[in-house]
Amino acid sequence: MEVLKIATAGSVDDGKSTLIGRLLYDTKSLTTDKLEAIEKSSRKKGLDYLDFSLATDGLVAEREQGITIDVAHIYFSTKKKSYIIADTPGHVEYTRNMVTGASTSQISIILIDARKGVIEQTQRHFFINNLLRLKEVVVAVNKMDLVNYSEDVFNEIVSEFKKIQEESEYKDQKVTFIPVSALWGENIAKASTNMEWYTGNTVLDHLENINAEDFQKSTQTRFPVQTVIRPKTEDHRDFRGYAGKLNGGNLKVGESVTVLPSLTSSRIKEIYFFDKKYVEASSGSSVTITLEDDINITRGDTLVKSDEVAESFKNLRSTICWMDSKSLVPGAKYLLQHNTNRILTKIDSIETLKIGNYDAGEINSNLQINQIGQVTLKLSKNIYADTYENNPENGRFILIDPATNTTAGVGFINSLNI
Amino acid sequence: MNNILNQNPLESEAIYIFREVVTQFENPVLLFSGGKDSITLVRLAEKAFFPSKIPFPLMHIDTGHNFPETIEFRDKLVKEMGLQLIVRKVQDDIDNGKSVEETGKYSSRNSLQTNTLLEAIEEFKFDACIGGARRDEEKARAKERIFSVRNDFGEWDEKNQRPEVFDMLNGRIEIGQNVRVFPISNWTELDVWKYIDQEKIKIPSIYFSHEREIFERDGLIWTASEHVFKDELEEVKTRNVRFRTVGDVTCTAAVESHARTIEQIVHEITNSPISERGARIDDKRSEAAMETRKQQGYF
Ligand SMILES: Nc1nc2c(ncn2[C@@H]2O[C@H](COP(=O)(O)OP(=O)(O)OP(=O)(O)O)[C@@H](O)[C@H]2O)c(=O)[nH]1
Ligand SMILES: [Mg+2]
Repeated sequence: MEVLKIATAGSVDDGKSTLIGRLLYDTKSLTTDKLEAIEKSSRKKGLDYLDFSLATDGLVAEREQGITIDVAHIYFSTKKKSYIIADTPGHVEYTRNMVTGASTSQISIILIDARKGVIEQTQRHFFINNLLRLKEVVVAVNKMDLVNYSEDVFNEIVSEFKKIQEESEYKDQKVTFIPVSALWGENIAKASTNMEWYTGNTVLDHLENINAEDFQKSTQTRFPVQTVIRPKTEDHRDFRGYAGKLNGGNLKVGESVTVLPSLTSSRIKEIYFFDKKYVEASSGSSVTITLEDDINITRGDTLVKSDEVAESFKNLRSTICWMDSKSLVPGAKYLLQHNTNRILTKIDSIETLKIGNYDAGEINSNLQINQIGQVTLKLSKNIYADTYENNPENGRFILIDPATNTTAGVGFINSLNI
Repeated sequence: MNNILNQNPLESEAIYIFREVVTQFENPVLLFSGGKDSITLVRLAEKAFFPSKIPFPLMHIDTGHNFPETIEFRDKLVKEMGLQLIVRKVQDDIDNGKSVEETGKYSSRNSLQTNTLLEAIEEFKFDACIGGARRDEEKARAKERIFSVRNDFGEWDEKNQRPEVFDMLNGRIEIGQNVRVFPISNWTELDVWKYIDQEKIKIPSIYFSHEREIFERDGLIWTASEHVFKDELEEVKTRNVRFRTVGDVTCTAAVESHARTIEQIVHEITNSPISERGARIDDKRSEAAMETRKQQGYF
């Protein structure tokens, strides 16, 4: 069955978790035991309605404070497709968790509180969605019940949003606007009777009509080697297989491939998945391949088609979302993880990005937690990368702080060799 | 041989995760309960490293209150596949005073498993423990990362998890810490059953409908067993039941069922008004039962 991966976005309290809970409820995806638990907790909170955010806010601290702290992954399906939803936190302090949720999603639902309109956090989250190159964004203007279901309020927010969209870098992103009340389930799975002026789809109908396959981008083949399989058993004494997940493109038996960074070439002899051999593997498959020649390949190397060799670089220019409490400063050293490869890197220069019109502050040369900036890096060794635009899987990296081991930032390569 | 591989993305992801584990860690172990999810993990690990053998041992944290069918199944699987099995017993920690047996009507050794697990992690210096938990099972588990760091006390800091972006997994830890790894995080209960069906994976008989002596308490069906406290008023009956999730006898309730094939099980759970863990006695202790146990180092 078709799978659609969605992340929520938008500022704290705009109603993301409520919308997801409502979607689950209206599609009868909440089992009786889960529904009873929500009823009980809502009563305990003294509410005379069901607090659907409790369907996703699973941590005690979240339920106590009524906010989302970390991303929850929620699964449900309709007759048409399966959904994986990452319900992310809106609070600026937890932007790293929003990035975590959005990074594995194909589309985003940005919520806006109709009383507040487009605010700082809306812009930041939209910027991140745009940076991630999500193909589609649904803007749900929520809490319409609190603005008398006013068409004018809705239209004003739409035009406000369109302004920030015009300034965005990735203009092909499709944006759809839907006025909703998540709490009362209006235009979520059922059309609202209070907003007859709106003739578009409900959120659910809109999602049902999306074709997730349209999001697949055809890119050049990159096969990062995770591990070398050498059983050395009686049956497989000379077996030497390269195990990895195929990013982009495809691999075919007989094709000439080049190993990066050694630039040695060979031909694909076999493609194994478990005990079966295939003539071809498509993007996304975890396979084990053998080559015609015995060449030296280890974890961190990447196999590519010989006529699609990536370029090698010692410097990178990238956009980085910073996720660590220790700020990123020029001169700092980090471990850069690019696919299965980890190398040392030194930060060269940093320029904070002004996002939308809220960030009135001056441009700084360091990145604080939850800030986004333009960063150039020097690498200890060459890497064979692509830009994120051309080949997302081969154009992104994380920075690991070698002192604390934490994942401190995520980078999107925008150009190589500076 | 003219076939093109088009892999199930869930399977591909799980295999990718297994391969990251063996290269990013020195000493991984697969936590094996004998339930369907850990059996599925064994299958995925087999596929990830073929034609090599699974390059890490299995470990069972044994409460001593098992369904005999699960233990039989475990031993047979290990023997047939030539796997290494480590068993650590909660009973031993009770005997040496490290754990204290619960008493009363709801007593169970479920939470005592955490102690024994953490002791074993220290004993063998495991740095990665692979588990079959899924995000769709429970609300605290829905918050879990795929590589989830535990401090040197085995604790989960749920409010301050390491970011995990795209498919890039960061398994770097300090000595004494360990990482819990969940390769089937993104699978649903139904995905697991469909996979078991597709792969013809063998599972313990208690997953299928069978006759069993049971009694009812709090709307749940409890197994009548020497390990389960039952008061005189609670009447033992014989019913057709099966288990939807398998822990030990004291923490898993049965469900009434006539499903004797996987197809029937799939049909049953698709139409079931309750969730898989709706029959977990251990989750019912409080609203935050799972989160609390996980904070302390539970699976
Ligand atoms: N009146 C009204 N209240 C709403 C609506 N949607 C959400 N709320 C309320 O707004 C508050 C915040 O809702 P949440 O769903 O927790 O917001 P959130 O966006 O998930 O917040 P974070 O995850 O913390 O960023 C709750 O009290 C909801 O009941 C709506 O459509 N109308
Ligand atoms: Mg929320």
